[in-house]
Amino acid sequence: MPHGEPLLAIRGLNVEFGLPARPVRAVADADLTLAPGEILGIAGESGSGKTTLCAAVMRTLPRTARVSGRVEFAGKELLSLPEREMARLRGRDLAMVLQNPMTSLDPLYTIGNQLEEVLRERRRGGGAGRLGSAVEVLRRVHLTAPELRLRQYPHQLSGGMRQRVLVGMATAAAPRLLIADEPTTALDASIQDEILILFRELRESAGTAVVIVTHDLSAIRRLSDRVVIMYAGRIVEEGPTVEVFRAPRHPYTQALLASLPRIEEEEVVLQPIPGQVPDLARLPPGCAFAARCPAAIPLCREERPRERTVGERHRVFCWRAGEGAA
Amino acid sequence: MSADAAPPMVEAIGLTKTFAIPAATLFGRARPVAAAVDVSFRIPRGRTFGLVGESGSGKSTVAKLLLKLEAPSAGRLLVEGQDIFAQTPAEELAYRRKVQAVFQDPYGALSPRMRADRIVTEPLRAHGMDRREAEARAPELLRLVGLPPDSARKYPHEFSGGQRQRLAIARALSVDPALLVLDEPVSALDVSVRAQVLTLLREMQQRLDLTYLFIGHDLAVVRYLSDTVGVMYFGRLVELGPARRVLRRPAHPYTRRLVALAAGDAPLGAVRLQGELPNPLAPPSGCLFRTRCPYADATCAARLPEMRLAEPDHLVACHHHEAVAAGAKAETGPMLQEA
Ligand SMILES: Nc1ncnc2c1ncn2[C@@H]1O[C@H](COP(=O)(O)OP(=O)(O)OP(=O)(O)O)[C@@H](O)[C@H]1O
Ligand SMILES: Nc1ncnc2c1ncn2[C@@H]1O[C@H](COP(=O)(O)OP(=O)(O)OP(=O)(O)O)[C@@H](O)[C@H]1O
Ligand code: SF4
Ligand SMILES: [Mg+2]
Ligand SMILES: [Mg+2]
Repeated sequence: MPHGEPLLAIRGLNVEFGLPARPVRAVADADLTLAPGEILGIAGESGSGKTTLCAAVMRTLPRTARVSGRVEFAGKELLSLPEREMARLRGRDLAMVLQNPMTSLDPLYTIGNQLEEVLRERRRGGGAGRLGSAVEVLRRVHLTAPELRLRQYPHQLSGGMRQRVLVGMATAAAPRLLIADEPTTALDASIQDEILILFRELRESAGTAVVIVTHDLSAIRRLSDRVVIMYAGRIVEEGPTVEVFRAPRHPYTQALLASLPRIEEEEVVLQPIPGQVPDLARLPPGCAFAARCPAAIPLCREERPRERTVGERHRVFCWRAGEGAA
Repeated sequence: MSADAAPPMVEAIGLTKTFAIPAATLFGRARPVAAAVDVSFRIPRGRTFGLVGESGSGKSTVAKLLLKLEAPSAGRLLVEGQDIFAQTPAEELAYRRKVQAVFQDPYGALSPRMRADRIVTEPLRAHGMDRREAEARAPELLRLVGLPPDSARKYPHEFSGGQRQRLAIARALSVDPALLVLDEPVSALDVSVRAQVLTLLREMQQRLDLTYLFIGHDLAVVRYLSDTVGVMYFGRLVELGPARRVLRRPAHPYTRRLVALAAGDAPLGAVRLQGELPNPLAPPSGCLFRTRCPYADATCAARLPEMRLAEPDHLVACHHHEAVAAGAKAETGPMLQEA
């Protein structure tokens, strides 16, 4: 699939928080490329740096974050772009649905005010074509009585409705890259499907590339072309979705998939990964998963695993991935 | 549901909540929108009532009523036999300690200027424990939800979404509540941490005889925790019964669809629902689901289906559930509003 220039190329991206003496490396040495129109799913541990990675691309990290590396979007290096140019890209070419609906909606303005404002901005930016009216935007994300919703304030909508308002805003102008951070967690299965279908239609009609970050592995499995799995700030596996789900190669990916609820003899069985989630400020020298990994060997505790290619565009960071044993 | 001597922990009787929606124009009239209508259920002590349903169907509204964040427009809500909207100030104080909540949006619920150790012990102090003593409990509470000890010194913005949700859970557990209102408490967690927290919730329940109202979209999760499940559609309970039965052999066409989707193997878009979403300002006549229900007919458009028994203990509000269950009702498509 990836012919020609990638739309997004992330190279050696690092993001640190906290005191320089005791840094929290929320994203470490991330490399990632995305072709135009590609749909990428990102899953992984809670606190593994998924949101931080997305915010680094959007340049919306708090001032306290220390960022290094390169993020190229359509040939421009974003990390060194003047804020004015970045602001022009944001919303029109690059749009993001934040994980937290309440932090991105202003409680003092109606949904209608906020949506009109977004639409005005997009029109100014030349985002013609699909825009449509505020009511149409809400209808696209399957809100009941859109005319009514425009007059309501954020707290008067249900959690899932707020989430859909954000999806509506971010997709209003068909950006070239849409980053959606947990866009469907508050939705029932039926509306969730509609939102995922909306993303796919956006790709088909406008060539939008999509990065979807979610804990819902079935959403990733059904929507995305490729999937990235993160653990403790690092990408630990990346590959074609079908292959990663059929034959995951990193022990963390395997354990994650195994902890999905199963039904055995009428009972729901849950199998969390044993051990504690690692503390990013105190990571061991080797592989961050070693302490919980059933396949770990002494080398894993000593040295950080290097990238290994295990298939067509399928890479894994695990010392044992090559052996087929892990 | 036997007639025990002791009243159930929670009993909702015809609970209804209507909100006024501002007028479209300056001189227009504000219009009422019903968020919950005639909702009745009971939760025995030590049990979990799971609430599922469409986004916007009124689940959080029921939760807010139980937390006294909203007052009902009609109906009653009893906790241990006592009407929680007819309490003396002393009773109210005791009630606020007895019931704790974890919401789907943890960020708004955590004070941004408080450190984690204060956040998780705040309810203890609110109920009179001295600050030193309260904060000494923080490490234990953090460990309980799988957060490293030095997260005690961090502020909410320094946590990831899932970590914040665990803070909210730790805080709710701090005062040994009897009743927990859990509104999508694990949706923001990865599946492994989710499994950990759910296991923890179940353990706590067994150990401390806690009662849960659990709201969720993931049916496997709801089934794991719940004894009884209620299914809401557009403000009304449309099905109510033992969790296993409702989530394995659903009787209502809406629940059947939810369960089919949860099986999750169908490719995206393969089982899309026909029809259109109902308009809350002009709700459809008869059954609210008829504008999307594949089995709808003239009866459905004419009369609102009452809750009736599908099996012992299992209630369903559908005119045709027997025929649907028997596979004897043809899928003729929805009855649209215009029809
Ligand atoms: N502003 C900040 N200051 C300090 N630490 C931070 C800050 N923001 C995030 N972190 C830390 O960085 C790590 C990564 O956080 P991030 O929000 O990217 O995780 P995530 O993968 O999105 O998790 P989730 O699935 O729970 O949303 C976490 O350990 C978090 O505590
Ligand atoms: N304060 C309010 N003012 C007006 N309408 C409200 C208010 N709170 C809730 N509503 C309306 O009540 C209905 C039910 O909302 P509720 O939050 O209970 O849904 P929900 O089932 O929890 O949905 P979700 O799964 O998306 O969280 C929605 O139509 C919502 O817009
Ligand atoms: S068959 Fe009729 S009553 Fe039953 S859910 Fe469908 S529309 Fe409602
Ligand atoms: Mg996140
Ligand atoms: Mg809700």
